[in-house]
Amino acid sequence: MKIQIKVWRQSNAKSEGKFSTYPLDGVSEDMSFFEMLDSLNDNLVMGGKDPIAFDHDCREGICGTCGIFINGRAHGPIRGVTTCQLHMRSFQNGETIVVEPWRAKAFPIIRDLIVDRQSFDRVMESGGYISINAGNAQDANVIPIAKENSDLAMDAAACIGCGACAATCKNSSAMLFVSAKVSQFALLPQGQPERSNRVKNMVDQMDEEGFGNCTNTGACEVECPKEISLVNIARMNREFLKASIM
Amino acid sequence: MFPDSKIPSGPLAEKWTKHQFDLKLVNPSNRRKYDIIVVGTGLGGAAAAASFAEMGYNVKAFSFHESPRRAHSIAAQGGINAAKNYPNDGDSVFRLFYDTIKGGDYRSREANVYRLAEVSNAIIDQCVAQGIPFAREYGGLLDNRSFGGAQVSRTFYARGQTGQQLLLGAYSSLVRQMHKGKVQFFPRHEMLEPVLIDGEAKGIITRNLVTGEISSHSANAVVLATGGYGNVFFLSTNAMASNGTAAWRAYKKGAYFANPSFTQIHPTCIPVASEHQSKLTLMSESLRNDGRVWVPKKVGDDRHPNDIPEDDRDYYLERLYPSFGNLVPRDVASRRAKEMCDEGRGVGPTKLAVYLDFEDAINRMGKDQVTAKYGNLFDMYQQITGEDPYKVPMRIYPAVHYTMGGIWVDYNLMTTVPGLYVLGEANFSDHGANRLGASALMQGLADGYFVIPYTIGDYLSKKLGEEVSTDHDAFKEATSNVNERLNKLISINGNRTVDRIHKELGLIMWDHVGMARDKGGLETAIEKIPTLREEFWSNVKISGKLDELNPELEKAGRLADFLELGELMARDGLNREESCGGHFRTEYQTEDNEALRDDENFTYVAAWEHKGDTSSPELHKEELEFENVELTTRSYK
Ligand SMILES: Cc1cc2nc3c(=O)[nH]c(=O)nc-3n(C[C@H](O)[C@H](O)[C@H](O)COP(=O)(O)OP(=O)(O)OC[C@H]3O[C@@H](n4cnc5c(N)ncnc54)[C@H](O)[C@@H]3O)c2cc1C
Ligand code: SF4
Ligand code: FES
Repeated sequence: MKIQIKVWRQSNAKSEGKFSTYPLDGVSEDMSFFEMLDSLNDNLVMGGKDPIAFDHDCREGICGTCGIFINGRAHGPIRGVTTCQLHMRSFQNGETIVVEPWRAKAFPIIRDLIVDRQSFDRVMESGGYISINAGNAQDANVIPIAKENSDLAMDAAACIGCGACAATCKNSSAMLFVSAKVSQFALLPQGQPERSNRVKNMVDQMDEEGFGNCTNTGACEVECPKEISLVNIARMNREFLKASIM
Repeated sequence: MFPDSKIPSGPLAEKWTKHQFDLKLVNPSNRRKYDIIVVGTGLGGAAAAASFAEMGYNVKAFSFHESPRRAHSIAAQGGINAAKNYPNDGDSVFRLFYDTIKGGDYRSREANVYRLAEVSNAIIDQCVAQGIPFAREYGGLLDNRSFGGAQVSRTFYARGQTGQQLLLGAYSSLVRQMHKGKVQFFPRHEMLEPVLIDGEAKGIITRNLVTGEISSHSANAVVLATGGYGNVFFLSTNAMASNGTAAWRAYKKGAYFANPSFTQIHPTCIPVASEHQSKLTLMSESLRNDGRVWVPKKVGDDRHPNDIPEDDRDYYLERLYPSFGNLVPRDVASRRAKEMCDEGRGVGPTKLAVYLDFEDAINRMGKDQVTAKYGNLFDMYQQITGEDPYKVPMRIYPAVHYTMGGIWVDYNLMTTVPGLYVLGEANFSDHGANRLGASALMQGLADGYFVIPYTIGDYLSKKLGEEVSTDHDAFKEATSNVNERLNKLISINGNRTVDRIHKELGLIMWDHVGMARDKGGLETAIEKIPTLREEFWSNVKISGKLDELNPELEKAGRLADFLELGELMARDGLNREESCGGHFRTEYQTEDNEALRDDENFTYVAAWEHKGDTSSPELHKEELEFENVELTTRSYK
């Protein structure tokens, strides 16, 4: 395959960015999207140019490190997968592929396709945990947990923290991400004691980070590589309401 | 004399309890007077950093990742072992200990492994309390499955995402302490040197990967939990950024490196598809619970797998090992797969693959059950290969996966450098010559939650009132070494990219220090690696600058260390004239092609000491003593 990559180049947080276009020949269908970028970067370095910086690590869809807009869609054209799981067989010979970083106020660009997602960590710090010190726990089987709830908690816990939801949302809302954590703990007995503080603190921190409001467009759910459900947002809204009345 | 491994005396089952009592303590009100540096926030590091902070110590935690929610640990799929015996199938602390010692082919310490088994249950309790949604039965209690090398079901799991859930659990404990101000976290900071003052570890030098800034950090003790070095092979199942730099830098400052050649090759990975391949993807070993491994009986049978009748298939693991069948340990399964391919019975376009077939499982359990158990793995396979494993058997081949070798530590997890501790995959401690499935997560969390929090106090208690400052000359010297090296790297401006040289190193390692080794091959590696190292230092091409985010520079620094570590691995493999676990020397095998150990001469840990860049490393032997298990030939027949 022969393709062209039109990609956002920006040397650091302060500089202006712009698109540059690079042709690439000899792309095979079995290559992953990132192997294609590796090969483009190899050309760039050999030609004395700066390679395109992008975040990635596991290349298996689990670490949540990768994440770029490809042809205007977070994580590219296929539903339920991360950028690193895309293969070139999903693209056409001769195509110009447009590649951009996440765009959201709370995710400032660091370089090229790499953004700073520490805002997510700060939201987690504000309440995304159960307060238990190592050594305090009772036997794991003391509290039976209904399989349905445990499974629902696992569905929510599958979030990889990639940020596609907030990057996709026209309001840059992080509701899907935050609600996934709130839901996981709200569904489990271990999460009950801190239930109302958790949701209040996490929502406050989310607002403070500059994430926008949710207007129920549902775009996040469509682009989420782990198919985290909007039901979680509804659950978080209920949790929040309950916590506010209390 | 070999440094003291500090193994407590007394009966096996009482050692840890006795040792905990004998260790000196730091009293709670004094703990806030101590700073501890933790490098790495994967399972081992995050658990340790959170636990230290919970106890009252001040923690500075570093990771080259952007967040402690990211680390290689997150990719672990299959599960974590514990001796709970919930399924009532005869498990016990002793059995988990025994299986791990045997699985490691009797090349690990009895006392360490017993302690690991002993604390395994507390890990599961801790994780459940953190809200980790482990798989459950309909009655609401925890579910278990079995893994290779064991005849009981003792593996706890969270779908195919156990590592993710455990790491997010440790991360949640860590962010809680960050919120309280007890842990200061430094994201995108790579440690490039440990700093020693009067021979003891008192700090580190880091590079801020965003700005390129080099900075010094001091503490009363330094803990490394920086993961394994499987990426020395270029292609492995490890995350792209996993590397050996922290361990290697510690080695060069005096920490011994133990059993560097002990590498685990995992039997069930997706085969290499093209020369552009950047990494290999593991298909969890749990698949071997229900999948059946086979190759065609005839050499050169090119029929579609679904057209090959039962009679023409060789379910070779079931044939060779009737009692363990498809669940033999990893080293055995990998080597046998290689043998089948060497015989010409490999399958798929490259002939470097065997089948893992789910047809019987689908018929027996129904497709829905199979989906419930393995759905995400099947999806992943299809995504990568474009083939549907519900209809066509998966193709799998062994790939580098885990390094049992690592920095030598004593029973307290301290290295030969006082004040320097190593946890998790980065140390050598518990898995001998082969690690059993689902026990790396167990070890990382055991080290972090339940071992180091106790043992570090013994050292710190002697340092009450110690002031460490980055003004000390040792920090200046280390900083200038780091700068000099970085400047040298960036100014080479040669003709080959980092990846190209890394791929070449990977091939040397795979061909000569891989699944089957022999004297000639290991010697070839020892000859070729230094030549490639010279090529690197004179001809590597790194674009960009020092004072900016520069991934090529990061990769180059890591490769420079791999180019030294690879040679030590080959030396270690050459020294060990026996086969054990993942270390298979073709000269030493039984008539049935099983590993032939030499207990008389090699029942030791090979710990290598750095002697300067121009001399050979010195070998020290820690003799292993077995008082509670009998050394037998591992048999999985
Ligand atoms: C695909 C896959 C599946 C697996 N499945 C299982 C399984 O089912 N069960 C099981 O028990 N085990 C499994 N393992 C093994 C297990 O996941 C790892 O051995 C374990 O997670 C390692 O944890 P760790 O904390 O030691 O290191 P890591 O998770 O590798 O963490 C290393 C940390 O150190 C940091 N770091 C490293 N070097 C530096 C430096 N120089 N400066 C700053 N920071 C640094 C990194 O940023 C990271 O935070 C699997 C491994 C793989 C590859
Ligand atoms: S909710 Fe989905 S899109 Fe958002 S961070 Fe989590 S995994 Fe990514
Ligand atoms: S690189 Fe880990 S999810 Fe894509």
